[in-house]
Amino acid sequence: MSVATTTECPVCGGEVDAASDVIVGELLDCDECGSELEVTALSPNPVLIEAPMSAEDWGE
Amino acid sequence: MTAPSADPSDGGSEGRPSVALVCTGVRPEEKMLLAAFRARGAVLEVVDDRGIHGDLSGWPVGLPRVDAVLLRAKSHWRNTVLARWLRTLGVTTVNPAMVLETCGDKVSTTLALLDAGVPTLSASVAFTGAGGLEAADALGYPLVVKPVIGSWGRLIGKVNDRDALETVLDHKDALGGAPHAVTYLQPYVELQGRDIRAFVIGGRCVAAIHRSSRHWKTNTHLGAEASAMEVDEALAGISEAAAAAVGGGAVAIDLFETDDGYVVNEVNGSMEFRNSVDTTGVDIPGLLAEYTLAVAATGGVEAT
Repeated sequence: MSVATTTECPVCGGEVDAASDVIVGELLDCDECGSELEVTALSPNPVLIEAPMSAEDWGE
Repeated sequence: MTAPSADPSDGGSEGRPSVALVCTGVRPEEKMLLAAFRARGAVLEVVDDRGIHGDLSGWPVGLPRVDAVLLRAKSHWRNTVLARWLRTLGVTTVNPAMVLETCGDKVSTTLALLDAGVPTLSASVAFTGAGGLEAADALGYPLVVKPVIGSWGRLIGKVNDRDALETVLDHKDALGGAPHAVTYLQPYVELQGRDIRAFVIGGRCVAAIHRSSRHWKTNTHLGAEASAMEVDEALAGISEAAAAAVGGGAVAIDLFETDDGYVVNEVNGSMEFRNSVDTTGVDIPGLLAEYTLAVAATGGVEAT
């Protein structure tokens, strides 16, 4: 992944890397706390929220 | 969340079929698929399932009019509902409703495999605690209890003896509700630390990996490691037969290696492949994109 920018994890405040081609809706992992995060906006920097928790029927 | 589309309202552009990729957030798989569709010049819309709603007698609000829909929501029910809904509108989905319904329900999967004569792990069901204990006595211990609907290894339990099973069944009874109305039991198979995941797209087994783990569960979602393996004739044969048994489409087959040869454990109707592309060197998202575009162009999924 070519890192274009870093942004803040809304859960732990750590730094999260985002690739140059990151898009709205993309799911990223925080390497510091392990949270799954969702990109909700791109400008000026990617805005993240905590992704929904897995539900009972989620999977493959 | 949208990807480039020439005109999402007309169901295509310059004769090219149009596709909607429905997902719940963009995972690495969807990111790879997005690149694969773009590389093929596809007319593609990426649609988050959370924005879809509407009257079942009409077109889903939030979904552009397209020739085909690649269903990759995280939720089994959402994928299945959308597949059923779109089928009534004459829209092709990957996978079709029948495949999703069969793969999403372990009882249906087992019955489909048995009906087709595909070697599969034996399975029993029971509707009460007492029935579960009797079924287990017939199976022997250790055994594995699974939810009928579920994935990623969630709530799958290895049960080593009757005392432990009584506890599991008591908890299921106390929890109640639809997920615990039926108990699904299978014999425990010693895997020597690994099982197999085979990918079948459009009737052809295109790749396979070993999934290795120190834990008896071998889901990569739980940390199992993927490694490349050769797809031999027997593996291709049983994997393609399993895919055909559930209705074709694009599916991922989980298999065990036993003294009697390969046996199918589960069939997954919405494959994850983030750990399998570099591992195998096979462009799984590219093949899935090409298959979806072919389905969109012809208006139907093969039932191999």
